[in-house]
Amino acid sequence: MPRCGLLAIVLLGVASMPPAALAEAPLELKSVTIELPFGDKVIPPGPGSDEVSRNCFFCHSAGMLLYQPAMPKSAWIKIIDKMIDVYKAPVAEADIPAIVNYLTGLEAAK
Amino acid sequence: MSDDRAPRPLITRRSLLGAGAVGGLALLSKPSWAETMIDLPLPGGPGERSITTNFPEKGAMVLQRTRAPLLETPFDVFDQGVFTPNDRFYVRWHWPVIPVSVDAETFALKIGGHVNKQLSLSLKDLLKDFPRVELAAVNQCSGNSRGFFEPRVAGGEWANGAMGNALWAGVRLKDILDRARVKSGAVQVRFTGLDQALGAEAPRFVKSLDLDHARDGEVMIAYAMNGEQLPLLNGFPLRLVVPGWFSTYWIKMLDDIEVLDQPDTNFWMKTAYKIPDTPGADMKPGQTGVPMVPISKMVPRSFLTNRQSGDQVAAGAPLLVRGIAFGGDCGVERVDVSTDGGKTWLPTELGKDEGKYGFRQWQANLSPEPGKFSVMVRCTNENDLAQPGTANWNPGGYMRNVIESTDLVAA
Repeated sequence: MPRCGLLAIVLLGVASMPPAALAEAPLELKSVTIELPFGDKVIPPGPGSDEVSRNCFFCHSAGMLLYQPAMPKSAWIKIIDKMIDVYKAPVAEADIPAIVNYLTGLEAAK
Repeated sequence: MSDDRAPRPLITRRSLLGAGAVGGLALLSKPSWAETMIDLPLPGGPGERSITTNFPEKGAMVLQRTRAPLLETPFDVFDQGVFTPNDRFYVRWHWPVIPVSVDAETFALKIGGHVNKQLSLSLKDLLKDFPRVELAAVNQCSGNSRGFFEPRVAGGEWANGAMGNALWAGVRLKDILDRARVKSGAVQVRFTGLDQALGAEAPRFVKSLDLDHARDGEVMIAYAMNGEQLPLLNGFPLRLVVPGWFSTYWIKMLDDIEVLDQPDTNFWMKTAYKIPDTPGADMKPGQTGVPMVPISKMVPRSFLTNRQSGDQVAAGAPLLVRGIAFGGDCGVERVDVSTDGGKTWLPTELGKDEGKYGFRQWQANLSPEPGKFSVMVRCTNENDLAQPGTANWNPGGYMRNVIESTDLVAA
Protein backbone atom coordinates (compact mmCIF):
# COMPACT_ATOMS: atom_id res chain seq x y z
CA MET A 1 0.00 0.00 0.00
CA PRO A 2 1.41 3.42 -0.90
CA ARG A 3 2.20 5.17 2.37
CA CYS A 4 1.60 8.58 0.97
CA GLY A 5 -2.01 7.83 0.06
CA LEU A 6 -2.75 6.35 3.46
CA LEU A 7 -1.38 9.41 5.21
CA ALA A 8 -3.60 11.67 3.15
CA ILE A 9 -6.71 9.69 4.04
CA VAL A 10 -5.88 9.79 7.72
CA LEU A 11 -5.33 13.54 7.63
CA LEU A 12 -8.66 14.23 6.00
CA GLY A 13 -10.37 11.90 8.44
CA VAL A 14 -9.04 13.68 11.49
CA ALA A 15 -9.74 17.09 10.09
CA SER A 16 -13.36 16.41 9.37
CA MET A 17 -14.37 14.90 12.70
CA PRO A 18 -17.25 17.03 14.02
CA PRO A 19 -16.40 18.06 17.57
CA ALA A 20 -19.99 17.93 18.84
CA ALA A 21 -20.26 14.27 17.90
CA LEU A 22 -18.05 13.70 20.92
CA ALA A 23 -20.41 15.55 23.25
CA GLU A 24 -23.56 13.48 23.47
CA ALA A 25 -24.40 14.50 27.04
CA PRO A 26 -27.04 17.23 27.40
CA LEU A 27 -25.49 20.64 27.50
CA GLU A 28 -25.48 22.41 30.82
CA LEU A 29 -24.57 26.09 30.71
CA LYS A 30 -22.48 27.17 33.68
CA SER A 31 -21.91 30.67 35.02
CA VAL A 32 -18.61 32.24 34.09
CA THR A 33 -16.45 34.85 35.76
CA ILE A 34 -13.23 35.99 34.15
CA GLU A 35 -10.59 38.64 34.55
CA LEU A 36 -9.40 40.63 31.60
CA PRO A 37 -5.94 42.14 31.28
CA PHE A 38 -5.97 45.92 31.15
CA GLY A 39 -2.93 46.43 28.96
CA ASP A 40 0.13 48.53 29.53
CA LYS A 41 0.21 52.17 28.72
CA VAL A 42 3.76 51.91 27.46
CA ILE A 43 4.61 53.86 24.35
CA PRO A 44 8.01 55.19 23.28
CA PRO A 45 8.70 58.39 25.21
CA GLY A 46 9.03 61.61 23.26
CA PRO A 47 7.25 64.87 22.53
CA GLY A 48 3.53 64.18 22.79
CA SER A 49 3.77 60.81 24.52
CA ASP A 50 2.29 62.21 27.74
CA GLU A 51 -0.63 63.69 25.84
CA VAL A 52 -1.24 60.39 24.06
CA SER A 53 -1.05 58.46 27.33
CA ARG A 54 -3.53 60.64 29.18
CA ASN A 55 -6.06 60.94 26.34
CA CYS A 56 -6.02 57.76 24.29
CA PHE A 57 -5.77 54.88 26.74
CA PHE A 58 -9.08 55.46 28.47
CA CYS A 59 -10.81 53.61 25.64
CA HIS A 60 -8.11 51.26 24.32
CA SER A 61 -4.67 49.90 25.07
CA ALA A 62 -1.47 51.09 23.41
CA GLY A 63 -1.26 48.28 20.83
CA MET A 64 -4.06 49.86 18.82
CA LEU A 65 -1.91 52.77 17.78
CA LEU A 66 1.50 51.08 17.88
CA TYR A 67 0.40 48.55 15.27
CA GLN A 68 -1.02 51.03 12.78
CA PRO A 69 0.83 51.45 9.48
CA ALA A 70 2.65 54.69 8.75
CA MET A 71 0.05 57.32 7.96
CA PRO A 72 0.26 60.99 6.99
CA LYS A 73 -0.76 63.72 9.41
CA SER A 74 -4.06 64.26 7.58
CA ALA A 75 -5.05 60.62 8.18
CA TRP A 76 -4.28 60.83 11.90
CA ILE A 77 -6.29 64.04 12.20
CA LYS A 78 -9.28 62.27 10.65
CA ILE A 79 -8.89 59.35 13.04
CA ILE A 80 -8.71 61.58 16.11
CA ASP A 81 -11.70 63.59 14.90
CA LYS A 82 -13.62 60.33 14.55
CA MET A 83 -12.65 59.24 18.06
CA ILE A 84 -14.01 62.51 19.44
CA ASP A 85 -17.04 63.07 17.20
CA VAL A 86 -18.33 59.52 16.78
CA TYR A 87 -17.03 57.61 19.79
CA LYS A 88 -17.19 60.60 22.18
CA ALA A 89 -13.64 60.11 23.39
CA PRO A 90 -12.87 62.62 26.17
CA VAL A 91 -9.82 64.15 24.49
CA ALA A 92 -8.58 67.53 25.72
CA GLU A 93 -8.65 69.91 22.79
CA ALA A 94 -5.36 71.53 23.81
CA ASP A 95 -3.63 68.16 23.59
CA ILE A 96 -4.72 67.35 20.04
CA PRO A 97 -1.80 68.95 18.12
CA ALA A 98 0.75 67.11 20.26
CA ILE A 99 -1.13 63.82 19.82
CA VAL A 100 -1.29 64.25 16.04
CA ASN A 101 2.42 65.03 15.81
CA TYR A 102 3.36 62.11 18.02
CA LEU A 103 1.29 59.60 16.03
CA THR A 104 2.46 60.93 12.69
CA GLY A 105 6.08 60.50 13.77
CA LEU A 106 5.52 57.13 15.38
CA GLU A 107 6.42 55.01 12.37
CA ALA A 108 9.60 56.96 11.77
CA ALA A 109 10.55 56.48 15.42
CA LYS A 110 10.47 52.72 15.01
CA MET B 1 0.56 37.99 -5.03
CA SER B 2 3.84 36.58 -3.96
CA ASP B 3 3.78 37.58 -0.33
CA ASP B 4 3.04 34.90 2.17
CA ARG B 5 -0.14 35.16 4.19
CA ALA B 6 1.00 32.64 6.75
CA PRO B 7 2.84 34.18 9.68
CA ARG B 8 6.34 33.02 10.40
CA PRO B 9 7.10 32.25 14.01
CA LEU B 10 9.97 34.44 14.98
CA ILE B 11 12.03 35.38 17.59
CA THR B 12 13.37 36.21 20.89
CA ARG B 13 13.34 39.31 22.93
CA ARG B 14 16.89 40.04 21.88
CA SER B 15 15.99 40.55 18.25
CA LEU B 16 13.08 42.62 19.37
CA LEU B 17 15.36 44.93 21.26
CA GLY B 18 17.77 44.98 18.36
CA ALA B 19 15.03 45.93 15.95
CA GLY B 20 13.82 48.60 18.33
CA ALA B 21 10.27 47.40 17.82
CA VAL B 22 8.17 49.62 20.01
CA GLY B 23 5.34 47.14 20.10
CA GLY B 24 7.47 44.94 22.25
CA LEU B 25 8.02 47.39 25.08
CA ALA B 26 4.85 46.41 26.84
CA LEU B 27 5.87 42.80 26.52
CA LEU B 28 9.26 43.45 28.00
CA SER B 29 7.78 45.06 31.05
CA LYS B 30 5.57 42.05 31.68
CA PRO B 31 7.58 38.89 31.08
CA SER B 32 4.73 36.58 32.08
CA TRP B 33 2.68 37.71 29.12
CA ALA B 34 4.39 35.82 26.41
CA GLU B 35 7.67 34.26 25.60
CA THR B 36 7.33 34.26 21.86
CA MET B 37 6.69 36.73 19.12
CA ILE B 38 5.35 36.35 15.62
CA ASP B 39 6.12 38.39 12.52
CA LEU B 40 3.02 38.95 10.41
CA PRO B 41 4.16 39.72 6.83
CA LEU B 42 2.23 42.97 6.57
CA PRO B 43 3.52 45.18 3.74
CA GLY B 44 5.47 48.09 5.17
CA GLY B 45 5.03 46.77 8.72
CA PRO B 46 4.90 46.87 11.62
CA GLY B 47 4.28 43.11 11.74
CA GLU B 48 5.69 42.08 15.09
CA ARG B 49 3.10 40.84 17.55
CA SER B 50 3.34 38.88 20.75
CA ILE B 51 1.75 35.51 21.25
CA THR B 52 -0.33 35.76 24.39
CA THR B 53 -1.81 33.13 26.69
CA ASN B 54 -3.05 35.78 29.09
CA PHE B 55 -6.73 35.75 28.15
CA PRO B 56 -9.32 33.63 29.99
CA GLU B 57 -10.59 30.52 28.23
CA LYS B 58 -8.16 31.16 25.37
CA GLY B 59 -4.98 29.39 24.35
CA ALA B 60 -2.03 30.93 22.49
CA MET B 61 -3.29 33.84 20.40
CA VAL B 62 -1.76 36.64 18.37
CA LEU B 63 -2.19 39.78 20.45
CA GLN B 64 -3.50 42.57 18.24
CA ARG B 65 -4.91 44.65 21.09
CA THR B 66 -5.32 44.00 24.80
CA ARG B 67 -8.29 46.31 25.45
CA ALA B 68 -10.83 46.00 23.94
CA PRO B 69 -9.49 42.55 23.04
CA LEU B 70 -8.45 41.77 19.48
CA LEU B 71 -6.97 38.28 19.41
CA GLU B 72 -6.02 36.59 16.16
CA THR B 73 -5.90 32.85 15.53
CA PRO B 74 -2.31 31.77 14.74
CA PHE B 75 -2.46 30.47 11.19
CA ASP B 76 -1.05 27.00 11.90
CA VAL B 77 -4.29 26.23 13.78
CA PHE B 78 -6.10 26.10 10.43
CA ASP B 79 -3.97 23.13 9.34
CA GLN B 80 -5.20 21.06 12.26
CA GLY B 81 -8.76 20.56 11.04
CA VAL B 82 -11.83 22.27 9.65
CA PHE B 83 -13.24 23.13 13.08
CA THR B 84 -11.40 25.87 14.92
CA PRO B 85 -11.02 25.00 18.62
CA ASN B 86 -12.90 27.34 20.95
CA ASP B 87 -9.75 28.31 22.81
CA ARG B 88 -8.05 29.33 19.55
CA PHE B 89 -11.04 31.07 17.95
CA TYR B 90 -10.34 34.72 17.19
CA VAL B 91 -11.76 37.47 19.40
CA ARG B 92 -12.91 40.95 18.45
CA TRP B 93 -14.65 43.54 20.66
CA HIS B 94 -15.47 47.14 19.83
CA TRP B 95 -15.90 48.63 23.32
CA PRO B 96 -13.89 47.72 26.42
CA VAL B 97 -16.91 47.57 28.76
CA ILE B 98 -17.43 43.81 28.66
CA PRO B 99 -19.18 42.07 31.56
CA VAL B 100 -16.64 39.77 33.20
CA SER B 101 -19.28 37.70 34.93
CA VAL B 102 -22.41 36.07 33.55
CA ASP B 103 -24.83 34.20 35.81
CA ALA B 104 -26.34 31.33 33.85
CA GLU B 105 -29.31 31.13 36.23
CA THR B 106 -30.45 34.74 36.07
CA PHE B 107 -29.47 35.63 32.51
CA ALA B 108 -32.46 36.53 30.35
CA LEU B 109 -32.90 37.08 26.64
CA LYS B 110 -35.53 39.75 26.09
CA ILE B 111 -37.62 40.02 22.92
CA GLY B 112 -39.69 43.15 22.43
CA GLY B 113 -40.52 46.02 20.17
CA HIS B 114 -43.01 45.47 17.38
CA VAL B 115 -44.36 42.16 18.72
CA ASN B 116 -47.65 41.02 20.21
CA LYS B 117 -46.04 39.23 23.14
CA GLN B 118 -42.88 40.41 24.85
CA LEU B 119 -40.67 37.58 26.01
CA SER B 120 -37.99 37.09 28.61
CA LEU B 121 -36.31 33.72 28.15
CA SER B 122 -33.86 32.07 30.52
CA LEU B 123 -31.11 29.81 29.24
CA LYS B 124 -33.09 26.84 30.53
CA ASP B 125 -36.11 28.02 28.52
CA LEU B 126 -33.99 28.13 25.39
CA LEU B 127 -32.55 24.68 26.02
CA LYS B 128 -35.90 23.04 26.85
CA ASP B 129 -38.64 24.86 24.99
CA PHE B 130 -37.24 25.21 21.49
CA PRO B 131 -35.92 22.69 18.95
CA ARG B 132 -32.14 22.43 19.00
CA VAL B 133 -30.47 23.06 15.65
CA GLU B 134 -26.84 22.61 14.62
CA LEU B 135 -24.91 24.23 11.83
CA ALA B 136 -21.26 24.46 10.83
CA ALA B 137 -20.47 28.03 9.82
CA VAL B 138 -17.49 30.26 9.26
CA ASN B 139 -17.36 33.39 11.35
CA GLN B 140 -15.10 35.93 9.67
CA CYS B 141 -14.37 39.51 10.65
CA SER B 142 -15.28 42.01 7.93
CA GLY B 143 -11.71 43.29 8.20
CA ASN B 144 -9.94 39.93 8.19
CA SER B 145 -6.64 40.36 6.30
CA ARG B 146 -6.87 44.17 6.50
CA GLY B 147 -3.14 44.33 7.22
CA PHE B 148 -2.43 43.16 3.64
CA PHE B 149 -4.22 46.08 1.99
CA GLU B 150 -2.00 48.22 -0.22
CA PRO B 151 -2.02 51.10 0.30
CA ARG B 152 -2.50 50.25 3.95
CA VAL B 153 -5.59 51.42 5.82
CA ALA B 154 -6.19 52.17 9.50
CA GLY B 155 -7.94 49.69 11.79
CA GLY B 156 -7.29 46.34 13.37
CA GLU B 157 -4.22 45.21 11.44
CA TRP B 158 -5.15 41.56 11.05
CA ALA B 159 -3.32 38.97 9.00
CA ASN B 160 -5.55 36.09 7.83
CA GLY B 161 -6.53 34.73 11.25
CA ALA B 162 -9.62 36.80 12.06
CA MET B 163 -11.81 33.88 11.02
CA GLY B 164 -12.84 30.50 12.33
CA ASN B 165 -15.28 27.69 11.74
CA ALA B 166 -17.40 26.12 14.48
CA LEU B 167 -20.27 23.73 14.84
CA TRP B 168 -22.89 26.02 16.35
CA ALA B 169 -25.84 24.66 18.32
CA GLY B 170 -28.81 26.64 19.51
CA VAL B 171 -32.29 27.69 18.51
CA ARG B 172 -33.67 29.21 15.34
CA LEU B 173 -34.24 32.93 15.57
CA LYS B 174 -37.43 32.28 13.60
CA ASP B 175 -38.81 30.10 16.40
CA ILE B 176 -38.20 32.86 18.95
CA LEU B 177 -39.78 35.53 16.76
CA ASP B 178 -42.78 33.31 16.06
CA ARG B 179 -43.26 32.80 19.82
CA ALA B 180 -43.29 36.59 20.25
CA ARG B 181 -45.67 36.99 17.28
CA VAL B 182 -44.22 39.75 15.16
CA LYS B 183 -46.74 42.47 14.36
CA SER B 184 -47.55 43.44 10.80
CA GLY B 185 -45.51 46.40 9.65
CA ALA B 186 -42.27 45.10 11.16
CA VAL B 187 -39.26 45.55 8.86
CA GLN B 188 -36.07 44.78 10.78
CA VAL B 189 -34.82 43.09 13.92
CA ARG B 190 -32.15 44.72 16.08
CA PHE B 191 -29.69 42.81 18.25
CA THR B 192 -27.90 44.09 21.34
CA GLY B 193 -25.41 42.36 23.62
CA LEU B 194 -24.35 42.91 27.21
CA ASP B 195 -21.31 45.00 26.29
CA GLN B 196 -21.63 48.74 26.79
CA ALA B 197 -20.19 51.78 25.08
CA LEU B 198 -17.90 54.08 27.03
CA GLY B 199 -20.18 56.87 28.16
CA ALA B 200 -23.87 57.46 27.59
CA GLU B 201 -23.32 59.52 24.44
CA ALA B 202 -21.23 56.95 22.59
CA PRO B 203 -22.94 54.52 20.20
CA ARG B 204 -23.51 51.06 21.66
CA PHE B 205 -22.59 48.28 19.30
CA VAL B 206 -25.90 47.07 17.87
CA LYS B 207 -26.75 45.54 14.50
CA SER B 208 -29.93 44.76 12.62
CA LEU B 209 -31.13 42.30 9.99
CA ASP B 210 -34.11 42.61 7.67
CA LEU B 211 -37.11 40.73 9.04
CA ASP B 212 -37.19 38.23 6.16
CA HIS B 213 -33.54 37.40 6.76
CA ALA B 214 -34.09 37.08 10.50
CA ARG B 215 -36.94 34.64 9.83
CA ASP B 216 -35.21 32.55 7.15
CA GLY B 217 -34.81 29.59 9.51
CA GLU B 218 -31.02 29.60 9.21
CA VAL B 219 -30.16 32.57 11.41
CA MET B 220 -29.81 31.14 14.89
CA ILE B 221 -29.08 31.98 18.48
CA ALA B 222 -26.20 29.75 19.51
CA TYR B 223 -25.65 28.55 23.06
CA ALA B 224 -22.96 26.06 22.07
CA MET B 225 -19.87 26.15 19.94
CA ASN B 226 -18.13 22.90 19.02
CA GLY B 227 -20.21 21.05 21.62
CA GLU B 228 -19.42 23.33 24.55
CA GLN B 229 -20.67 26.60 25.91
CA LEU B 230 -19.06 29.61 24.27
CA PRO B 231 -15.98 31.20 25.80
CA LEU B 232 -17.06 34.50 27.32
CA LEU B 233 -14.83 36.38 24.89
CA ASN B 234 -16.64 34.67 22.00
CA GLY B 235 -20.02 35.70 23.34
CA PHE B 236 -21.14 33.50 26.26
CA PRO B 237 -23.93 32.74 26.87
CA LEU B 238 -25.60 33.48 23.52
CA ARG B 239 -24.37 34.58 20.15
CA LEU B 240 -26.28 35.40 17.01
CA VAL B 241 -25.15 33.19 14.10
CA VAL B 242 -25.78 34.63 10.65
CA PRO B 243 -24.60 31.93 8.24
CA GLY B 244 -22.73 33.24 5.21
CA TRP B 245 -22.60 36.81 6.51
CA PHE B 246 -19.65 38.65 7.96
CA SER B 247 -19.21 38.56 11.71
CA THR B 248 -20.23 42.15 12.35
CA TYR B 249 -23.81 40.85 12.53
CA TRP B 250 -22.99 37.97 14.89
CA ILE B 251 -23.78 39.88 18.10
CA LYS B 252 -22.01 38.43 21.13
CA MET B 253 -23.55 38.10 24.62
CA LEU B 254 -26.89 38.62 22.91
CA ASP B 255 -29.51 39.62 25.49
CA ASP B 256 -31.91 41.90 23.64
CA ILE B 257 -33.88 41.46 20.43
CA GLU B 258 -36.02 44.35 19.29
CA VAL B 259 -38.39 44.11 16.34
CA LEU B 260 -38.44 47.43 14.49
CA ASP B 261 -41.18 48.96 12.37
CA GLN B 262 -38.65 51.25 10.68
CA PRO B 263 -35.20 50.64 9.22
CA ASP B 264 -32.41 50.91 11.79
CA THR B 265 -30.41 54.09 11.32
CA ASN B 266 -27.97 53.66 14.19
CA PHE B 267 -24.29 54.45 13.56
CA TRP B 268 -23.20 50.80 13.21
CA MET B 269 -25.73 50.18 10.45
CA LYS B 270 -25.85 53.54 8.69
CA THR B 271 -22.25 54.72 8.80
CA ALA B 272 -19.88 51.97 9.90
CA TYR B 273 -19.08 48.73 8.07
CA LYS B 274 -19.82 50.14 4.64
CA ILE B 275 -18.27 48.82 1.44
CA PRO B 276 -18.24 50.11 -2.12
CA ASP B 277 -21.29 48.91 -4.03
CA THR B 278 -19.03 47.49 -6.75
CA PRO B 279 -17.96 43.96 -7.75
CA GLY B 280 -15.66 42.62 -5.04
CA ALA B 281 -16.11 45.78 -2.94
CA ASP B 282 -13.29 47.29 -4.97
CA MET B 283 -12.47 50.93 -5.63
CA LYS B 284 -9.40 53.06 -6.19
CA PRO B 285 -7.65 54.87 -3.36
CA GLY B 286 -8.86 58.46 -3.37
CA GLN B 287 -11.77 57.71 -5.68
CA THR B 288 -14.82 59.81 -4.80
CA GLY B 289 -18.53 59.44 -5.40
CA VAL B 290 -18.53 55.67 -4.95
CA PRO B 291 -21.89 54.46 -3.63
CA MET B 292 -21.44 52.66 -0.32
CA VAL B 293 -23.62 49.89 1.14
CA PRO B 294 -23.55 47.89 4.38
CA ILE B 295 -21.27 44.86 4.20
CA SER B 296 -23.24 41.62 4.18
CA LYS B 297 -22.49 38.30 2.46
CA MET B 298 -19.08 36.69 2.51
CA VAL B 299 -17.18 35.71 -0.62
CA PRO B 300 -15.05 32.60 -1.35
CA ARG B 301 -11.56 32.20 0.08
CA SER B 302 -8.96 29.45 0.24
CA PHE B 303 -5.61 29.00 1.93
CA LEU B 304 -2.71 26.59 1.83
CA THR B 305 -2.07 25.53 5.41
CA ASN B 306 0.65 22.86 5.50
CA ARG B 307 3.47 24.91 3.94
CA GLN B 308 4.65 28.46 4.44
CA SER B 309 6.35 30.80 2.03
CA GLY B 310 10.07 30.18 2.07
CA ASP B 311 9.75 26.47 2.87
CA GLN B 312 12.11 24.09 1.11
CA VAL B 313 10.63 20.89 -0.30
CA ALA B 314 12.10 17.82 -2.01
CA ALA B 315 12.40 18.08 -5.79
CA GLY B 316 11.11 15.17 -7.84
CA ALA B 317 9.16 13.70 -4.93
CA PRO B 318 5.39 13.83 -4.41
CA LEU B 319 4.47 16.93 -2.45
CA LEU B 320 1.16 16.90 -0.59
CA VAL B 321 -0.31 20.36 -0.30
CA ARG B 322 -3.49 20.93 1.63
CA GLY B 323 -5.53 23.67 3.14
CA ILE B 324 -8.98 25.04 3.80
CA ALA B 325 -11.56 26.82 1.70
CA PHE B 326 -15.01 28.26 2.16
CA GLY B 327 -17.58 29.45 -0.35
CA GLY B 328 -18.80 32.51 1.58
CA ASP B 329 -22.59 32.60 1.35
CA CYS B 330 -22.81 29.13 -0.23
CA GLY B 331 -20.80 25.94 -0.45
CA VAL B 332 -17.46 25.20 -2.10
CA GLU B 333 -17.85 23.97 -5.68
CA ARG B 334 -14.15 23.34 -6.26
CA VAL B 335 -10.66 24.34 -5.25
CA ASP B 336 -7.91 24.48 -7.86
CA VAL B 337 -4.17 25.01 -7.56
CA SER B 338 -1.69 26.50 -10.00
CA THR B 339 2.08 26.34 -9.99
CA ASP B 340 2.61 28.36 -13.19
CA GLY B 341 1.33 31.74 -12.10
CA GLY B 342 -2.29 30.99 -12.90
CA LYS B 343 -1.87 29.86 -16.52
CA THR B 344 -3.11 26.36 -15.79
CA TRP B 345 -5.14 25.10 -12.85
CA LEU B 346 -5.29 21.61 -11.39
CA PRO B 347 -8.31 20.34 -9.46
CA THR B 348 -7.85 19.33 -5.84
CA GLU B 349 -9.56 16.66 -3.80
CA LEU B 350 -12.10 18.02 -1.34
CA GLY B 351 -12.53 16.66 2.17
CA LYS B 352 -15.79 15.78 3.88
CA ASP B 353 -18.60 18.28 3.49
CA GLU B 354 -19.61 19.38 7.00
CA GLY B 355 -22.12 21.90 5.70
CA LYS B 356 -22.10 24.58 3.04
CA TYR B 357 -21.23 27.45 5.38
CA GLY B 358 -18.19 25.81 6.96
CA PHE B 359 -14.54 25.30 6.08
CA ARG B 360 -13.84 22.52 3.59
CA GLN B 361 -10.46 20.87 3.47
CA TRP B 362 -8.74 20.42 0.11
CA GLN B 363 -5.56 18.60 -0.88
CA ALA B 364 -3.47 17.85 -3.94
CA ASN B 365 -0.26 16.10 -4.83
CA LEU B 366 2.37 18.06 -6.71
CA SER B 367 5.67 16.91 -8.26
CA PRO B 368 7.90 19.94 -8.02
CA GLU B 369 10.89 20.33 -10.34
CA PRO B 370 14.04 21.80 -8.84
CA GLY B 371 13.88 25.55 -8.32
CA LYS B 372 11.55 28.20 -7.00
CA PHE B 373 7.82 27.97 -7.56
CA SER B 374 4.61 29.39 -6.16
CA VAL B 375 1.45 27.53 -5.26
CA MET B 376 -1.69 29.54 -5.93
CA VAL B 377 -5.03 28.34 -4.53
CA ARG B 378 -8.41 29.36 -5.91
CA CYS B 379 -11.84 28.54 -4.54
CA THR B 380 -14.92 28.67 -6.75
CA ASN B 381 -18.21 28.59 -4.85
CA GLU B 382 -21.51 26.95 -5.73
CA ASN B 383 -22.75 30.22 -7.21
CA ASP B 384 -19.81 30.02 -9.64
CA LEU B 385 -18.04 32.94 -7.98
CA ALA B 386 -14.26 32.46 -8.00
CA GLN B 387 -11.60 34.31 -6.03
CA PRO B 388 -10.12 37.19 -8.03
CA GLY B 389 -6.53 37.35 -9.23
CA THR B 390 -6.03 40.89 -8.01
CA ALA B 391 -6.69 42.23 -4.54
CA ASN B 392 -9.58 44.57 -3.87
CA TRP B 393 -9.16 47.88 -2.08
CA ASN B 394 -11.52 50.01 -0.04
CA PRO B 395 -10.92 52.48 2.81
CA GLY B 396 -12.38 50.19 5.49
CA GLY B 397 -10.08 47.30 4.64
CA TYR B 398 -13.05 44.97 4.15
CA MET B 399 -13.81 41.77 2.27
CA ARG B 400 -10.37 40.80 1.01
CA ASN B 401 -10.47 37.52 -0.89
CA VAL B 402 -7.69 37.64 -3.48
CA ILE B 403 -6.12 34.33 -4.60
CA GLU B 404 -3.38 33.47 -2.10
CA SER B 405 0.08 32.38 -3.20
CA THR B 406 2.80 30.52 -1.30
CA ASP B 407 6.43 30.64 -2.49
CA LEU B 408 8.38 27.40 -2.16
CA VAL B 409 11.79 26.11 -3.22
CA ALA B 410 12.31 22.54 -4.44
CA ALA B 411 15.82 21.14 -4.09
